Amino acid sequence: MIVLIKGARLLGAEPTDLLLRDGVIAEIGSGLDGTGATVIDAGGLVALPGLVDLHTHLREPGREDAETIASGTRAAALGGFTAVHAMANTDPVADTAGVVEQVWRLGREIGYADVRPVGAVTVGLDGQRLAELGAMADSAAGVRVFSDDGRCVADALLMRRALEYVKAFGGVIAQHAQEPRLTEGAQMNESELSGRLGLRGWPRVAEEAIIARDVMLAAHVGSRLHICHLSTRGSVEIVRLAKQRGLPVTAEVTPHHLLLTEDLVAGYDARYKVNPPLRSADDVAAVREGLADGTIDAVATDHAPHPVEDKECEWDAAAFGMLGLETALSVVQHTMVDTGLLDWAGVADRMSFAPGRIGKCDGGDFAQARPLAAGEPANVVLVDPSASRTVDPAASVSLSRNNPYEGRKLPGSVVATFLRGFPVVENGELTQSSIQKGMR
Amino acid sequence: MIRHLLSSSDLTREQATTILDTAEEMARLTEGRSVKKLPTLRGRTVVNLFFEDSTRTRTSFELAAKRLSADVINFSAKGSSVSKGESLKDTALTLAAMGADAVVVRHSASGAPYRLADSGWIDANVLNAGDGTHEHPTQALLDAFTMRHHLGDLDGRHIVIVGDVLHGRVARSNVSLLATLGARVTVVAPPTLLPLGVEHWPCEVSYDLDAALPGASAVMMLRVQQERMNAAFFPSAREYSRRYGLDTQRFGRLSDDAIVLHPGPMNRGMEITAEVADSERSVIVEQVTNGVYVRMAVLYLMLAGAGDGTTGQEGAA
Repeated sequence: MIVLIKGARLLGAEPTDLLLRDGVIAEIGSGLDGTGATVIDAGGLVALPGLVDLHTHLREPGREDAETIASGTRAAALGGFTAVHAMANTDPVADTAGVVEQVWRLGREIGYADVRPVGAVTVGLDGQRLAELGAMADSAAGVRVFSDDGRCVADALLMRRALEYVKAFGGVIAQHAQEPRLTEGAQMNESELSGRLGLRGWPRVAEEAIIARDVMLAAHVGSRLHICHLSTRGSVEIVRLAKQRGLPVTAEVTPHHLLLTEDLVAGYDARYKVNPPLRSADDVAAVREGLADGTIDAVATDHAPHPVEDKECEWDAAAFGMLGLETALSVVQHTMVDTGLLDWAGVADRMSFAPGRIGKCDGGDFAQARPLAAGEPANVVLVDPSASRTVDPAASVSLSRNNPYEGRKLPGSVVATFLRGFPVVENGELTQSSIQKGMR
Repeated sequence: MIRHLLSSSDLTREQATTILDTAEEMARLTEGRSVKKLPTLRGRTVVNLFFEDSTRTRTSFELAAKRLSADVINFSAKGSSVSKGESLKDTALTLAAMGADAVVVRHSASGAPYRLADSGWIDANVLNAGDGTHEHPTQALLDAFTMRHHLGDLDGRHIVIVGDVLHGRVARSNVSLLATLGARVTVVAPPTLLPLGVEHWPCEVSYDLDAALPGASAVMMLRVQQERMNAAFFPSAREYSRRYGLDTQRFGRLSDDAIVLHPGPMNRGMEITAEVADSERSVIVEQVTNGVYVRMAVLYLMLAGAGDGTTGQEGAA
């Protein structure tokens, strides 16, 4: 398949043409010859490398009522993602080579986005003993990111061992930083508002204390550390300090922590219940600054689908989490690009290159997060920054509806997503995947 | 006049005063009469929806509704969705199908009455009878009613509230209502039992009970659950009682006309000694009686005249 993209602004620069052939970017330049190619007029559109999400809950196996690998990767494609890291807190937990290979293979068979399974750090996410990290790394899935996400690896010794052990195969521990004793029964950010609403507080220090500890541990054993969904000003400051000392520490922030604040909780609407919780406007400002200056390396969605009944209930009983794949780029444009904090090259870095480096998926047969250059895999997304939409949860291809942006007007839209040269999204709509097309 | 009563902080001074005045009217119309019933809410259905056991509060609401001639249904939902029983939504839909006009709800989860009121599952008036560690607005109203009865206008009066403010819904409701009514409020507790940000509440905060007592017109002692000790909120019941309990010695520091309140049930010997609880200036039993009048007033203001308009004009207008 040959595609000629005409007049796209590469990472927001001057318009140029891209010729995609046999799954790679064959040529870049102006006035390319489109003989035999499907021609796409990309006037006014920005071309970005296919986005890479370091933090996605696809729910399969186990909670196929909330999301499946098929529905989740379709949502990813619509959001401009060509690769997602599938979190390990499934049922069964992704703590063996068998489970991660199954998830990886299903992703390949469905073919809307590459699925990179994340392996659990501990057996059953129980925080007691290490899962077979090496077996998962050596499996066909080639796992490089390990996380007990949803739970913190709270035991300092176990965390130290995990950090050390994954050095053997270039892995990274992605820590869900939450000191468990400080957050027993926690429901929302601990603040004046939590006191007023009578909801158990989730103090910032519970996140910051673990991050500080783990930065010191990583320094001590000389290992890479990645911090999941950092949410407070204090956390940004700790990571900034770690980077100033040259430590191999990376961090991600979610789109919702870039935009939403805790005052949304005041009506007890459980759509706004998420872990870590929505924080204050000051924290939002801090994570935006951190993302702008590179202290925070990546935006990761923490896309967390839940069925209606798990949100349509009392706050205490509701599940933590919100959808994010289909809105992430719009939220980043709204909070970072339209505010002047980040240009499109910066977006490409925070949403593709950096997560690709952290997840070690920027090489090999299915390399992601590569520069837009001739000879590179044709993972490309075309974005219309001038578009805008009012978010309608019912319009999502996710199986779930726990969308915190309902009714909000957000800028930007994904016009097309190419996975190794094949358009999985065209004119803002899903096509059949290359695999389905091949089977026909 | 009132659609829902979810939080005492939703009440304006005017609304709160109207409720208290109406409660006085209710007292006048029923006190000392052999027939204590008013026909005001005849034909209206009030559901007491209790997800958490509370015989005192439920009985008080039941009596209040019955004295206004409403039909009362007690619906104790043993398992809430918090404990994987029937969901709040299904319970609400059931009550709506039964034609409930008002739902009095007690729930262990903060905000559950908000879900009922805002969800569109049920059209009834919702009355918060205590939700988690959030609020208990009719308790605050009955406390204010009791204080007003003894002290007159609360404007400028100094009220001291002592005990577990962190977990206490009574404290939250009282602080905001008393502030609305113009009183000067001081909450006293060990720092561990005060929520973060309490300095922004419309009250003063003290860790020292002895310093707070002189000049107080009323002291409200809150129940402290002994199990809080296990979570390291304070070292022992004895230590709590020594520092924050109201005993005869501290009672002596109060002015002669100051009163003592407690929302019940009391831990005698913990936050309050038996001598103080049973003293002449303790109005604890009166609070129970007043609870019925206040709840009558709220139900009346919610329901009378809100429906077909024919029932609202009679009775305690």
